[in-house]
Amino acid sequence: MSTVVLLLATGLGLGALYFLVASGLSLIYGLMGVLNFAHGSFLTLGAFAGWETARRLGGDSWGSLLLSLLVGAGVGALAAVLTELLLIRRLYERHIEQVLVTVGLALATVALFDGIWGTDAIFVTGPGWFDETTTILGARVPNDRFLLIGVALLVLGGIVAFLRFTRFGLVIRAGVENRSMVTALGIDVRRAFTVVFAIGGAAAGLGGVLASHYFGYVSPQLGGSLLIFAFIVTVIGGLGSLLGAAIASVVVAVLQQMANFYLSGTGDLVVVLLLATVLLVRPSGLMGARA
Amino acid sequence: MSQSGPVLRVRGLSARIGQQQVVEDVTLEVPAQGVTALLGRNGVGKTSTIKAVLGLVERNGVVELDGERIDTLPTHRIVQRGVGYVPEDREVFGSLSVEENLRLAERSANPRRDLVADLFPDIIARGQQAAGTLSGGQQQMVALARALLNDNRLLLVDEPTKGLSPKLVGEVTEALERAAQVVPILLVEQNLVVARRLADRAVVMADGRVVHTGDAAELLDDEQRVVSLLGVGSTGSSHGSSHDSGSHPDPSTHDQEVRS
Ligand SMILES: Nc1ncnc2c1ncn2[C@@H]1O[C@H](COP(=O)(O)OP(=O)(O)O)[C@@H](O)[C@H]1O
Ligand SMILES: [Mg+2]
Repeated sequence: MSTVVLLLATGLGLGALYFLVASGLSLIYGLMGVLNFAHGSFLTLGAFAGWETARRLGGDSWGSLLLSLLVGAGVGALAAVLTELLLIRRLYERHIEQVLVTVGLALATVALFDGIWGTDAIFVTGPGWFDETTTILGARVPNDRFLLIGVALLVLGGIVAFLRFTRFGLVIRAGVENRSMVTALGIDVRRAFTVVFAIGGAAAGLGGVLASHYFGYVSPQLGGSLLIFAFIVTVIGGLGSLLGAAIASVVVAVLQQMANFYLSGTGDLVVVLLLATVLLVRPSGLMGARA
Repeated sequence: MSQSGPVLRVRGLSARIGQQQVVEDVTLEVPAQGVTALLGRNGVGKTSTIKAVLGLVERNGVVELDGERIDTLPTHRIVQRGVGYVPEDREVFGSLSVEENLRLAERSANPRRDLVADLFPDIIARGQQAAGTLSGGQQQMVALARALLNDNRLLLVDEPTKGLSPKLVGEVTEALERAAQVVPILLVEQNLVVARRLADRAVVMADGRVVHTGDAAELLDDEQRVVSLLGVGSTGSSHGSSHDSGSHPDPSTHDQEVRS
């Protein structure tokens, strides 16, 4: 029992990370049809920015953790906005070129991060509370899991509220359905593109800081390794569906943890099999509206 | 803003969708008052012409709104200048509520909510319903309401009565009649009874080009020309059958099959 609880908690924590990446991927794809392969770089940059912040503040206090989360989110958002304005916007509707540019950017930024921070993993420590565990049903669950899950839930709630209650949210929801009709109502839908990139970049940046605590280190490869699973999650959830991405994040991560433990480390294989099954049975994903 | 000239002037407009030339050298004017009907058989390029005016498809040529060039502007800027668009097949946002559809379309702080409530009480009563669950007629009213909420200089209305029951055709016609009292309309309409009732002038297209321009009543009351220009009578297949050598020879004779 305690093993199951531990695996669940760890799976939920990992699922939270997947969701923080997948939420942006899903929104960006939903509105613009852009598969953003550079999204992992926003996460990595956020992680490094968060680490630099905490390092400068010294001490592993809650205050420096909070600030590093804010800086990570801000840097992630900024990087995403610049990417949209300088690169993606010029390639509006040219999907092949978009893929090439975002893949290129992902590769180039990893090389850049290597140059700045080195290729070795940098170990990260957080508040002392992170090193402790909380016992639930006999399982000793590392405390950082709770923070991850809490932040992911806040981000989910925040994005849902933003989409439902703001003018930009209305434009984004309409744009996901029929972009050209939004422009035909006199709305500059490109501004919504920038907003969506900012939100996605902020969530990824937050995810970067949290990932560095979950794994215990930062490295230039951090974003890329999470991005693969975030893409799988996005496809399983249904491209463009935020709620689908949230559900799929949890399902994929928990399944991955369980399979790793009970089926001798076959977690990644099981995830790929799940992806294949979903694509065969329900090609538009769990919550995808269109094929 | 010259009040005397036409509200819309189109000269030498061409548009392509992919490799296909769907609008060729179209020249037409919409006067500052009343309804101008844009007529022609299915697939001749009426919708594409309207989309080209709005910049929704790649286009070349001159388009002037109240004497100012708009052909290099992006769609949202053209609309912001006072062009309301009611697309073929409605294109309401199905996952949004009726109220959200309307709110999205409002461009000013003082939208004409009263007019819309007066014309379409039915849809106002369904404000919280997802627009995708409305009937076709109700969706058409939402599409019209989106355009009528704003102070426009011109409305582009594409086949508003398509697929509607006779009763709804009547309601939509009435709404357009009222709208036409305050704003000029370029109206694509396949229902010739509706066109006859609403339109003052008519522009007829064939194979991506304008082949006739003139008084609407005069054209629509002339059965022979209606048959030759609009292909009415040869029901069933929409085009292809009647390349008849009627009174109006088709100027686009050297045509390279611009058909689907
Ligand atoms: N999305 C599209 N892709 C390819 N061809 C199209 C598309 N839309 C319209 N066409 C073609 O352009 C031509 C003009 O179409 P359209 O402007 O819709 O005509 P109309 O509105 O007069 O019926 C037709 O031959 C049609 O097949
Ligand atoms: Mg049409």
